[in-house]
Amino acid sequence: MADVGKTPVARNEKASSEFGYVGIDAILEQMRRKAMKQGFEFNIMVVGQSGLGKSTLTNTLFKSKVSRRSVMTTEEERIPKTIEIKSISHVIEEKGVRMKLTVIDTPGFGDQINNENCWQPIMKFINAQYEQYLQEEINIDRKKRISDSRVHCCIYFIPPTGHCLRPIDIEFMRHLSKVVNIVPVISKADTLTLEERDFFKQKIREDLRANEIDIYPQKEFDEDAEDRMINEKIRAMIPFAVVGSDQEYQVNGKRLLGRKTRWGTVEVENTTHCEFAYLRDLLIRTHMQNIKDITSSIYYEMYRVRRLNENNTKPNGQPAIHANGVPEHEVLSHEM
Amino acid sequence: VTLSSRNHSNMLIFLTCDFQDKQYVGFATLPNQVHRKSVKKGFDFTLMVAGESGLGKSTLVNSLFLTDLYKDRKLLNAEERINQTVEITKHTVDIEEKGVKLKLTIVDTPGFGDAVNNNECWRPITDYIDQQFEQYFRDESGLNRKNILDNRVHCCLYFIPPFGHGLRPVDVEFMKALHEKVNIIPLISKADCLTPNEVKKLKDRVRDEIERFGIKVYQFPECDSDEEEEFKQMDKELKECTPFAVIGSNTVVEARGQRVRGRLYPWGIVEVENQSHCDFVKLRNMLIRSHMHDLKDVTCDVHYENYRAHCIQEMTSKLAQDNRTDSPLPLLPLPTPDVETERLIKMKDEELKRMQEMLEKMQQQMHEKDQ
Repeated sequence: MADVGKTPVARNEKASSEFGYVGIDAILEQMRRKAMKQGFEFNIMVVGQSGLGKSTLTNTLFKSKVSRRSVMTTEEERIPKTIEIKSISHVIEEKGVRMKLTVIDTPGFGDQINNENCWQPIMKFINAQYEQYLQEEINIDRKKRISDSRVHCCIYFIPPTGHCLRPIDIEFMRHLSKVVNIVPVISKADTLTLEERDFFKQKIREDLRANEIDIYPQKEFDEDAEDRMINEKIRAMIPFAVVGSDQEYQVNGKRLLGRKTRWGTVEVENTTHCEFAYLRDLLIRTHMQNIKDITSSIYYEMYRVRRLNENNTKPNGQPAIHANGVPEHEVLSHEM
Repeated sequence: VTLSSRNHSNMLIFLTCDFQDKQYVGFATLPNQVHRKSVKKGFDFTLMVAGESGLGKSTLVNSLFLTDLYKDRKLLNAEERINQTVEITKHTVDIEEKGVKLKLTIVDTPGFGDAVNNNECWRPITDYIDQQFEQYFRDESGLNRKNILDNRVHCCLYFIPPFGHGLRPVDVEFMKALHEKVNIIPLISKADCLTPNEVKKLKDRVRDEIERFGIKVYQFPECDSDEEEEFKQMDKELKECTPFAVIGSNTVVEARGQRVRGRLYPWGIVEVENQSHCDFVKLRNMLIRSHMHDLKDVTCDVHYENYRAHCIQEMTSKLAQDNRTDSPLPLLPLPTPDVETERLIKMKDEELKRMQEMLEKMQQQMHEKDQ
């Protein structure tokens, strides 16, 4: 046996990280690869009366003809007798990232003479998506990746009256903000001057607060101080006043999306003109993942708990309490 | 306005009104958004090491993760070992590198294969793995899913001694008992006692026997056709090199003018991170840098789903036998739970009632499938 004591070099030293590098940050790259391969899904619903520019706005947001109007066969423009829910999917790709975008349109909303309970079919649709996901989840033979048809975000179009929210707006948002992320926007904002716009926004925010309507980004879901700081800035600006357009005009030597009138051209992506760019950044560039996360980890979980509790309400008829101690708001069945 | 200087922050786009990428919609930032969330949350990984005493398991773990997990360990002497049974011990360590946090759990199996009679010595290990699956299954089916802890074993490094001529019966039986529950990566340990030829022969032999006995070790996923050539080459080398012949070291030696992890012998210095000396670097790269995520995926999508399907089928067949009694008790073969508060016990009862309902539904589903 050799005499190891001869050479004084080997020491029982703790070799720390400064010495070498394990490489655990490479897991981010692995995740990224996988995500790129799988692609992403995003489901966005647009709600509002006819003629508020919903289809144009969705086309502008995704810079492609993804809305119902673009895919429609030559039907006459008519207001449907009841609210319809039309869902259209496209796969769009950008810089190697593939996204399956589903736009859910709701023609007929708010267009009837009597609009009572017009939010119900929409609520039913949203819950049906949750139900479908739940069924897939509890299956014995589960798919590796459950196709996500849950509505991640609902853009609600407020007509630019300039006064305050209407009863139908409040009704809708009050009910739906409990099941889905709502992003209200002031549509066709090119009819409001900047002062009128600010006044309108303020009134809207007051109305929302007075009716305890929690729109995206919800205060209670801010995860940490950094999130809160970013989201407070957003909350100070919503609802965004947007103008949509899918026509390009020449302005100062550049081709821009806009609306040309006799008194000037409204540039859609110019933030001094309207807030479309902010909406787009919020929905797509910065908060898309967060929107999806809130849908799956909060709204979907709430639905799931409600559903599972429905199967065993207490004998005295009282609804069960959620596992986290939050009592249910109303007893809403999944079938409405 | 001071913005966070995090690498993955893209709020810059939001707050400065400067759109360089006018022609882009902008959802190419999605991977970054997902990134950001993962960096905040951090990752976790559970690695099991199994093999007889003295094969260098602890040393290898320390070398892989540059940790010192076993410094307070007390080794048993021969007498104490006579009465030792197979235990399961867990060590958890938090590692952070370049802003990425990893909660690493090492599950060790002291006593495995050390007794005179090693019949079914893998039983405590399979039980442990099953327990983790069961725990996850209950959590996943539960009401409050916000903070589920994932203790499932993502990978098992199995240490084959270099002294023999291939797999021994205990090696074969162990791997067959576990290959459908966990990703097994067999390693040839203490490879510094083999010459290069011997290493090659042993590897070929082990590979043959693995195939012959039908052992399903962890397979590296196929490369995409559109991957870079360099990646494909690396992948190919990795596959041809299994099982990895590894050497670990807790000591630092001076070799070729540098300080490296190694083992000092009178006839030379073995460098752990030298690829011509052993496959340690390949193992580390595979385990941590390129396949960690895939190991977790296979655990979730294959091993766990198998367990879950099996579990549910067992439960539904038991239900059919018991004629749907009202008592929720015999549903899950649970070990006695720890002391819980009243509220938690009630919650579990409600869960079980609800699961019963779910199972009835599934039973119906299965009957429909059969017809």
